[in-house]
Amino acid sequence: MKMFYGKINIKMYTIMDLNEFVEKFAEQFDETPVEEFKAETEFKAIEEWGSLTALTIIAMVDEEFDVTIKGEEIRAAETIEELFSIIKEKA
Amino acid sequence: MAFLDIPNIKVSGISACVPNHKDENSSYPLEKDDRQKLISSIGVEKKRISDKNVCSSDLCFKAADILLKELKWDTEDIDCLVFVSQTPDYILPATSCILQERLGLKIECLTFDISLGCSGWIYGLSTISSIVFSGQGNIKKALLLVGDTISKMSSQLDKSTWPLFGDAGTATAIEYSTNNEDRIKFHLATDGSGANAINIKDGGYRNIFSAESLQINEFGDGIKRTNLELDLNGMDVFSFAISQAPKSVATLIERFGLKKESIDYFTFHQANLFLNEKVRKKLKLEQEKVPYSLSNFGNTSGASIPLTMVTELNESLRNKKLNHICCGFGVGLSWGSVYFSTNKIVCPDFIEY
Repeated sequence: MKMFYGKINIKMYTIMDLNEFVEKFAEQFDETPVEEFKAETEFKAIEEWGSLTALTIIAMVDEEFDVTIKGEEIRAAETIEELFSIIKEKA
Repeated sequence: MAFLDIPNIKVSGISACVPNHKDENSSYPLEKDDRQKLISSIGVEKKRISDKNVCSSDLCFKAADILLKELKWDTEDIDCLVFVSQTPDYILPATSCILQERLGLKIECLTFDISLGCSGWIYGLSTISSIVFSGQGNIKKALLLVGDTISKMSSQLDKSTWPLFGDAGTATAIEYSTNNEDRIKFHLATDGSGANAINIKDGGYRNIFSAESLQINEFGDGIKRTNLELDLNGMDVFSFAISQAPKSVATLIERFGLKKESIDYFTFHQANLFLNEKVRKKLKLEQEKVPYSLSNFGNTSGASIPLTMVTELNESLRNKKLNHICCGFGVGLSWGSVYFSTNKIVCPDFIEY
């Protein structure tokens, strides 16, 4: 079903590359320096990672990709790249 | 799909009652920075917590008692009472039976309980409206009581639940209207695959209460609770709600050809500010049309929609004709949206117990 708010967002769902995703991912953190985020970063080991940052990641993915990632998918991914692959599969 | 379009229904009054004890999140034992971050993210400064001897039914009783007096309804005229809660007085009998007697309603009165949480007011309203319509004039007046005392089921040592939830009881008065244009419209949905996203493991009949139920378990990050206390998976609830809540509202608008601009208020279940703002922005709704009671009352489960209407919109409800869309979503997972109009209804200021 086509939702009325969907049309406006469509242009944003164009394919984002991994580097852009890592950048977007880093933007969700307030305290951790951007340089610490790489494709191979195990994000759950970042000190600032917690339930609130997890929610901002889910919200960012929802906004940027129109994809809803579930808790189990975040739990399954170790690195930022792995999470990106999960999202790309669903997009 | 579960759409309902029910004629001959009028919402005549809404009231809400909260415990008088305020629990301030500024004194919740967390490190200052973490606490501030939590408070600004969930949007809850304080919430009301009931005393040990006060139940959801007590809060609902008081809300109903005052509403009936202001409506000047004769208890003899009430033919139906529905109580929606996940914190009933007893495992049995149904709390609605106790409330029928306590409110002085006659024996010729249909009552039952519904076990739903955050979607409870929407589901309760759809059920009671269907019954009143089916009565074809035999059921003239009906009461929907929705309340929860989640404080009684959440662990003070669980920062994912305790700072979020508050207690409240509400009453909504429904009347049979001879005007066919008085209609109420619903979209209702369910996804049981998310049953574990919000749950209490023990104390029902799948896992009967045992000595182990009282054991305090540690979940890391300072979270401690027993299996008799609320377990909320924030990530799963969040990803469910940001996708399904806006979809439900959009579906309702589309299916019934409603005009978004003609809606005065979109009152949503008060889940938490971060989530609710995502829902609001996805639907592209102006801030002025989306009221919040979160900061003073927290997430009050099924009571949160009528409580928000009472605390934030009561002047307008009393003095204006309004078109409403409301959406409730949560435990189950269960969700739904409703469209209805009110025309200068009875709406007393919120009551303290």
